[in-house]
Amino acid sequence: MSAFRFSAAAITALLFGYVFSGCSTTPRSVSAASVKSEKDRKEAPDFALKDADGKVVHLADYKGKVVLLDFWATWCSPCKVEIPWFMEMQRKNKDRGFEVLGVAMDDEGWEVVKPYIAKAGVNYRILAGNDMTAQEYGGVDALPTTFLIDRTGKIAAVHVGLASKKDFDDGIEQLLNDAPAGGIKLDRDGAAVPNAGSAK
Amino acid sequence: MALLSLTLAAQSNGHMKVGQPASVSGKRGATVDAKIPLVIDPGFHVNSNTPSDETLIPLSVTWKNTGALEGGKVTFPKPTQEKYAALDKPLSVFTGNFEVVAHFKVAANAPAGPGVAVGQVKYQACNSTTCFPPKTVEVSLPYSVQ
Repeated sequence: MSAFRFSAAAITALLFGYVFSGCSTTPRSVSAASVKSEKDRKEAPDFALKDADGKVVHLADYKGKVVLLDFWATWCSPCKVEIPWFMEMQRKNKDRGFEVLGVAMDDEGWEVVKPYIAKAGVNYRILAGNDMTAQEYGGVDALPTTFLIDRTGKIAAVHVGLASKKDFDDGIEQLLNDAPAGGIKLDRDGAAVPNAGSAK
Repeated sequence: MALLSLTLAAQSNGHMKVGQPASVSGKRGATVDAKIPLVIDPGFHVNSNTPSDETLIPLSVTWKNTGALEGGKVTFPKPTQEKYAALDKPLSVFTGNFEVVAHFKVAANAPAGPGVAVGQVKYQACNSTTCFPPKTVEVSLPYSVQ
């Protein structure tokens, strides 16, 4: 990961924001301190990364869903604290239009990542990261770095380093409850239903 | 063996500085020890040479070119077992300032005069919540065959 640098300015900009608590469509109104207001959110860069089966995955494939995008590595102990949380969040929210994507930044690639995810029983999709994608997300020098991406494909929150589980839970809940922007329709379970008016 | 200086010339490359080892000197067939000073930023640690988990990247020193010196096996200090709040188990780590020692033997047929052995220090640093990518820093060991 020679180009594996994190721009402090980019992170500061991504972290800057305030609590957004409006527009909840369910009785449970949750707001996470880390979640920026909609107007302050920036488009999450699209990527084309391979999963463990060699299938190319684009962020755009998840249009209409809330995505937790976790940059991690097998050599990162704090990352491995969060992984069981993300597995639980995936299990709990998958049917509500939520997906976790793990981007593994190990130089050795699948040779070390596959055994780890098999042993840990990771229940969400893992992608092999690269420097280009890391750069597009601000450099990602510090791991874990986790982005919460709203249903419109915008970065709603960034966590650099081990964050609090509650903040992840609250952020996900808030984004799942947010009134979908850009014309995305939700089914009764809160999952996005593709339609012509869907916005990224 | 002679330790001429202890300069932390410092190749700083991400939360650990690798100092310049002092020059070593010896006759043919003699053993010489070279100390490599390492300084870890406050609040950070690097995995020891024997990490507590097989997925963690150990501190290591390898030699690309030892010139007229033979061997180069490295002795590490005793690591500490640090417990970080979020982690279940303690980690085997190094913190602060310490030295690793490389053990050489001057080759029996070494020509008299100076030379430089070149090695690499590989490490991976973290603090209590964040880890940084593994780094490899080149280290040069000046020596003199008497």
